[in-house]
Amino acid sequence: MAAAIPLSLLVLLLLGPGGWCLAEHPRDSLREELVITPLPSGDVAATFQFRTRWDSELQREGVSHYRLFPKALGQLISKYSLRELHLSFTQGFWRTRYWGPPFLQAPSGAELWVWFQDTVTDVDKSWKELSNVLSGIFCASLNFIDSTNTVTPTASFKPLGLANDTDHYFLRYAVLPREVVCTENLTPWKKLLPCSSKAGLSVLLKADRLFHTSYHSQAVHIRPVCRNARCTSISWELRQTLSVVFDAFITGQGKKDWSLFRMFSRTLTEPCPLASESRVYVDITNYNQDNETLEVHPSPTTTYQDVILGTRKTYAIYDLLDSAMINNSRNLNIQLKWKRPPENGYIHYQPAQDRLQPHLLEMLIQLPANSVTKVSIQFERALLKWTEYTPDPNHGFYVSPSVLSALVPSMVAAKPVDWEESPLFNSLFPVSDGSNYFVRLYTEPLLVNLPTPDFSMPYNVICLTCTVVAVCYGSFYNLLTRTFHIEEPRTGGLAKRLANLIRRARGVPLL
Amino acid sequence: MAAAGAAATDLEVARGKRAALFFAAVAIVLGLPLWWKTTETYRASLPYSQISGLNALQLRLMVPVTVVFTRESVPLDDQEKLPFTVVHEREIPLKYKMKIKCRFQKAYRRALDHEEEALSSGSMQEAEAMLDEPQEQAEGSLTMYVISEHSSLLPQDMMSYIGPKRTAVVRGIMHREAFNIIGRRIVQVAQAMSLTEDVLAAALADHLPEDKWSAEKRRPLKSSLGYEITFSLLNPDPKSHDVHWDIEGAVRRYVQPFLNALSAAGNFSVDSQILYYAVLGVNPRFDSASSSYYLDMHNLPHVINPVESRLGSSAASLYPVLNFLLYVPELAHSPLYIQDKDGAPVATNAFHSPRWGGIMVYNVDSKTYNASVLPVRVEVDMVRVMEVFLAQLRLLFGIAQPQVPPKCLLSGPKSEGLMTWELDRLLWARSVENLATATTTLTSLAQLLGKISNIVIKDDVASEVYRAVAAVQKSAEELASGHLASAFVASQEAVTSSELAFFDPSLLHLLYFPDDQKFAIYIPLFLPMAVPILLSLVKIFLETRKSWKKPQKTD
Repeated sequence: MAAAIPLSLLVLLLLGPGGWCLAEHPRDSLREELVITPLPSGDVAATFQFRTRWDSELQREGVSHYRLFPKALGQLISKYSLRELHLSFTQGFWRTRYWGPPFLQAPSGAELWVWFQDTVTDVDKSWKELSNVLSGIFCASLNFIDSTNTVTPTASFKPLGLANDTDHYFLRYAVLPREVVCTENLTPWKKLLPCSSKAGLSVLLKADRLFHTSYHSQAVHIRPVCRNARCTSISWELRQTLSVVFDAFITGQGKKDWSLFRMFSRTLTEPCPLASESRVYVDITNYNQDNETLEVHPSPTTTYQDVILGTRKTYAIYDLLDSAMINNSRNLNIQLKWKRPPENGYIHYQPAQDRLQPHLLEMLIQLPANSVTKVSIQFERALLKWTEYTPDPNHGFYVSPSVLSALVPSMVAAKPVDWEESPLFNSLFPVSDGSNYFVRLYTEPLLVNLPTPDFSMPYNVICLTCTVVAVCYGSFYNLLTRTFHIEEPRTGGLAKRLANLIRRARGVPLL
Repeated sequence: MAAAGAAATDLEVARGKRAALFFAAVAIVLGLPLWWKTTETYRASLPYSQISGLNALQLRLMVPVTVVFTRESVPLDDQEKLPFTVVHEREIPLKYKMKIKCRFQKAYRRALDHEEEALSSGSMQEAEAMLDEPQEQAEGSLTMYVISEHSSLLPQDMMSYIGPKRTAVVRGIMHREAFNIIGRRIVQVAQAMSLTEDVLAAALADHLPEDKWSAEKRRPLKSSLGYEITFSLLNPDPKSHDVHWDIEGAVRRYVQPFLNALSAAGNFSVDSQILYYAVLGVNPRFDSASSSYYLDMHNLPHVINPVESRLGSSAASLYPVLNFLLYVPELAHSPLYIQDKDGAPVATNAFHSPRWGGIMVYNVDSKTYNASVLPVRVEVDMVRVMEVFLAQLRLLFGIAQPQVPPKCLLSGPKSEGLMTWELDRLLWARSVENLATATTTLTSLAQLLGKISNIVIKDDVASEVYRAVAAVQKSAEELASGHLASAFVASQEAVTSSELAFFDPSLLHLLYFPDDQKFAIYIPLFLPMAVPILLSLVKIFLETRKSWKKPQKTD
């Protein structure tokens, strides 16, 4: 904005202030919730849900007035006659085998599915425009949604909200698996929250932590719901969900303890004054049927038990609107500690940085007798920069050998010997007592074939084309334009003279 | 034998020559056009000469003025001459390539009976009410009533009166030169009600060279087919203030009537939102004497940017958005006042930003804090707020206060807050602005297409260009014949079509395909083909010259 000019002049008469009959405000409400679940693998999952409910018929009114419901999405509903909209952005994959069932899983990349109202005449056009607008709102490449990646499922995606008929003609579904989710998608998502990221649970949504996770999924769900028990009129519900899975080993130096501060680098300071409910649930279901394995701090006021996804779960509840909860310590930092370390082990992992440092993975494990232990590491093959390839790139690249340092119990108890006296080959590694001896083993280096591009391709093509054209055309041209005639042999020449000399000597006629 | 051999060789050489010439001929006659045709970009023909003609377009803005003389307004012998028509034409001096001429076509006639009766009534309101009924006037036209010199319809010291619709009343005179004197007065009043230099200069502000007061003139929004108006209530401190505003009622009562009156100028949509925790980007200065906070005028531009990111893009339409923000300062910074250049607080506590919208600071009454606990409930006084916002809205649409000629009485505003002739004046300005925009767009498109030969011009782009050119010409004609409404519609069509053509994505298809890359691809094909042909052509040429020179020497 270039300049601002104070308004000083004002000549305007407004007629008829009339009675201030306060119109019945469309009621809207906000509930927010955070569920923290320690996962069986030792990771920690955090699921945020923000639910804005608006008792208003969006499609009927020409002028629309928004309070808690974001204007950008409300305008979409009325302009494109949406009945339901489900949009999710996900980075990573929810590993059900290690993490258990998710509350709400989403495919990697971006997923969008929309039910239109049956008043929409050209569904494909609305769908195209809608995806373009959403791509602008969420800074995502949803504009790449076109007929080639759009489908109309007939059975799988039924409306989640209130629906009179389910003619799947008004459904569109698309997934963009390549979409990379990052901060620029999170920022507009946060802006849709009434308390932005200034108060309440949304304070914890700090981008640099949320994207340092094994799984990140943010979603927007809009659907019509019943306004009351008899369902005489509808309300609109906007659910914004965000699930992240923190890798406890990386952030916690091998310990499974966690706290809000360690995960999000923030603590809860104040509740969102606009929220009618603001709660944190912590899953304290004990996995080992042993009550004493973990403890949460501060101790929760209430607990909640229910069957969630087929298993009985216990949650500790922290209600942020309860004024005692935050006022005691000015902020709330929920912590969970495992009282007894679950297993005797040590894992140190230092992730690699491209072109700066390699991966380092150290594990201290106790191996049972007569067993096979496999440590496998997944890796991805990537293309290097073209100047980084060795002169013989097809040979492969070496990965340095793994090291196994072990204290092996000795069959026979050795006598403690004097260090200086013993032979040199026996005193390289220090040994504390006679019952063990120390070995360090190295594995073979690993030769990995990286994908190599064909460096000479463009050059080859040009050369080949040149050659083929030049040969074909040139010979054809020569054949047609050159003249061929028999050359009369000229007298002279060294060979002929020599031949004549010999012939003369032999008395044979000359040539 | 040798002669026969030589003859055969000559024959062969001649055949080779012919073959080489034939190769060259095939390459030139068949190969070159084939290559040219297959790699050509499709360029539909465009009316280049008409587009360059648009720049020299002469705009004649005709304002039809009906002048009605009542019985005792002018001397009797002058009345005998009625009715007749006078044209008053004047060039408007602007530093713009288009010549703009303003033409008042005054049709003088005698008053009809009911008009006489109306104008002899006691007060202006009665007269207006009686005059209004019979006929609806066309957009852009004006009716002036000349009343007798001693009529009590106007206060004694006033010479003329401008009504809320398209009528004005001018006092007559008993004088030999009555028509001349009255004619001058009529032109003065008509100019105030329709076209003045200021209005046109403001409309063409974007196209005129910069000067010192052009920034002021660039205040109004650019002309567009529609506008979105968003009212936002910013509550940075919901912990202390529970702010309620009856925006539905206020829009229904104040904004909608104004926009209905303005609906000829475009489509309007209105919405509102409440934004929490949205703070201004500037820390206000604390003044201990009055224990209040102040925003200095030079800080105001920095206020808007941080708020803007929260306002939300207008996702649903492409129209320009006008933002009106009502800011309730947080408890720690209230009361908050805006200071002008001299350091005095601005009376309205509001400011506006050109082409963007307006901001008003709404301080919570300090008494409300005493009794109750936080958050305090705040009911916004919408009359106070809407007065400011509507005044800003008028400014942003370029409806400035008219320059009233001396001794002229201006009627009070209508209930919508907009007089009919103000709307007409807006339409004049917008039509001229649209024409200027469309002409500029078409000219730059033609220049661009002429300069870059790689651009594909599809048929639909070309047809949009033709449509835009035709619409510009039609609009200019309608303006010259005084049909304001149809001229405005045509000018809007011209802008729409010209921008559709200019921003058509098909123009970009082959833009980034430079010649050097093209030839890098062609050379492996061209070089082996061209070198033998050229060499043999050179050889043939040299031999022919030799054979020509030989006979000359023998001569």
